[in-house]
Amino acid sequence: MPIDLSLILVMGVMYGVGVYLILDRTMTRVLLGLMLLTNATNILIFHASGAAGLSPLYDKSIDPAAYSDPLPQALVLTSVVISFAVTALLLGIIYRSWLLSRGDAILDDYEDQQVAAKGAYDPEEDAVAEFDESEFDSNESTREREFAAFSQRRQQAEKKLEERKEKKAESTQDRQNQEGERA
Amino acid sequence: MNTVALAPLSIVVLFFAAAVTFVLSRREKAQRLIAFVAIVAVLAVEVTLLISSWNSGPQTVQLGGWQAPFGITMVVDQLSALMLVVSSTISLAVLVYATGQDIADDDHEVPISVFYPTYLLLLAGVSNAFLAGDLFNLYVGFEILLMASYVLITMNANAPRIRAGTTYVVVSVVSSLLFLTAIGFVYASTGTINMADLSMKLQTLPTGTQYQLHLMLLIAFGIKAAVFPLSLWLPDSYPTAPAPVTAVFAGLLTKVGVYAIIRTETLLFPSGGLSTLLSIVAVLTLFVGILGALAQTDIKRMLSFILISHIGYMIWGIALDSELGLTTVVFYLAHHIVIQTGLFLVVGLMERRGGSANTQRLGGLLKITPWLAVLYFIPAINLGGIPPFSGFLGKVGLLQGSVEVGTWQAYLMAGVGVLVSLLTLLALARVWNKAFWRPAKNAEKPTASLLRAEKDIEADGVLDEQDYKRISPTMVIPTVGLVAIGALLTVVAGPLFHFSDRASDNLRNPDLYIQAVFEDPSLTRQGYLDESLAQQNTELESQETKETSE
Repeated sequence: MPIDLSLILVMGVMYGVGVYLILDRTMTRVLLGLMLLTNATNILIFHASGAAGLSPLYDKSIDPAAYSDPLPQALVLTSVVISFAVTALLLGIIYRSWLLSRGDAILDDYEDQQVAAKGAYDPEEDAVAEFDESEFDSNESTREREFAAFSQRRQQAEKKLEERKEKKAESTQDRQNQEGERA
Repeated sequence: MNTVALAPLSIVVLFFAAAVTFVLSRREKAQRLIAFVAIVAVLAVEVTLLISSWNSGPQTVQLGGWQAPFGITMVVDQLSALMLVVSSTISLAVLVYATGQDIADDDHEVPISVFYPTYLLLLAGVSNAFLAGDLFNLYVGFEILLMASYVLITMNANAPRIRAGTTYVVVSVVSSLLFLTAIGFVYASTGTINMADLSMKLQTLPTGTQYQLHLMLLIAFGIKAAVFPLSLWLPDSYPTAPAPVTAVFAGLLTKVGVYAIIRTETLLFPSGGLSTLLSIVAVLTLFVGILGALAQTDIKRMLSFILISHIGYMIWGIALDSELGLTTVVFYLAHHIVIQTGLFLVVGLMERRGGSANTQRLGGLLKITPWLAVLYFIPAINLGGIPPFSGFLGKVGLLQGSVEVGTWQAYLMAGVGVLVSLLTLLALARVWNKAFWRPAKNAEKPTASLLRAEKDIEADGVLDEQDYKRISPTMVIPTVGLVAIGALLTVVAGPLFHFSDRASDNLRNPDLYIQAVFEDPSLTRQGYLDESLAQQNTELESQETKETSE
């Protein structure tokens, strides 16, 4: 039975990279790793159908062995849908955990650090979410500490926003002045 | 009428109810009513299935009229019928409890609009997994219940739940991937995913391939069932969820994994080969789990470790690979689902009354709420294996089975099993001593509400209920119900053991399963093996004759 070597190589690389990625602590990488692993598995199931054949649309004149096996395709389709749902959910979790605990060591996301290091505060993209007090069983002192740290971060962010607004106002004024001079 | 044709209803009704409750997300009362009615209806269907399967062999439904192995087959035998009934019973109790908690709290700890549809989907997934007659349908069942459980475990999405949920989601997704990969391998090597068909075809594969497939399936199911080296995710993620969610997870989800392991061992690979591995896994699960439980101060975490440890008892029964061993596993599954869920609900009540689920902060609950002490005490000694409760009966069955088998593995498991039973009792008795027996003021860090309650009692002998966090009757009734069912298992132990015996008869004779699925009484595993060997021989001979003629 002839088998497509390039697909097998792709599958192997995807498995390797996927396993490497899910061992990381950052959630986005884990997500990427899981996506790669799922797709590698899909390719593996695809291989189970053997060599590619005709599309499985029934016709009396065609020899049954000439068709592609349709079952693995159905399985892959199902698993694609499932992995889509899982990816969407994980993205939601990642976003939520980033909102909740930007400074958390476990959720120490490289991308998030980059965003935090930039310092530019975009009110639409980076709005600080309301502090979540719905937790009922953590003890009072940690909650207070968390809240203090949170308010500090928020104050800093607001300060930066103010600074940025001032700068923006200055620069527009400069530009207007320059344009005025030119005119 | 053929009652088994009702089997798909136990999935479809739940799906439909989930859709309706989702649409009605703003009408809490309607949601509650629909969820309740749907589960009661499903329970009724499943009881009918249980009765019809009481003395018969496996029965099948071919969905859409497609014949096996081409269509989707659903199989009802004693094991799946029993699991369906038990799971619906406890989920009904937990649903009522969750509703009660929600009515009692004004702050909506469980957001209603998502809770009911997700909960119903979880049950639909569980039912699907128990009824699945092919590996891929089993996978889909797992995925439905896992997706629902991801939502339930991260509900309210505060920091600890997100962190715990992340671990849970990633581990579950990886285990599903392993399962899917195994399905790919199984299909590549046999060309089928129908379990009855596989039962015949897997035995014709080379031994190495058989071991590989067998191990991959066991690892995938082992993560879900939380057996020892694969169990580390469980105590991390379960205890942070809301009490009713933890209760239903602890009761059901790991048991679906155990169910899949039973099917793998009895139907797909009945000739065994890995029972020594399974016995070692059972011993380690039993022992490491209970050591973890002894180290905890948080009762929910302790119960999660006990849950892992007691999965070991079920693996013990499976590893014995004997009639009595399997009978007891079926009995033990029913017992453990009910007791474990009941205990988690009781701990939820303790947490409400005491303000904490940590043994260092609890005390004096015996005087403050005596009925709660009774509610804790009965399932606790039941789980610990004190006669005459069902936990004791299950363990006696396993010990008898071990002695019957008589190998060193069996004796090893028996020894560790008895030790773990004692240690379980120790862990549970410690909670009893700390949370109920000692006065609250002797606790390391007593909660304010307990101290107040104790003074209240000392002053006039009664507790002013309205001063404390409410425990509504809607929460107490299902808890009492589960504790009572757990205790009643002793009374019905005779018929239940007889039933489990029939179940294990059917499980240990996979030919019955194959014949039911293919609706052909002449098929047997041995027959298929002989036929394929004969075919191989003729092929070899024809090759040889070709070579010699050349």
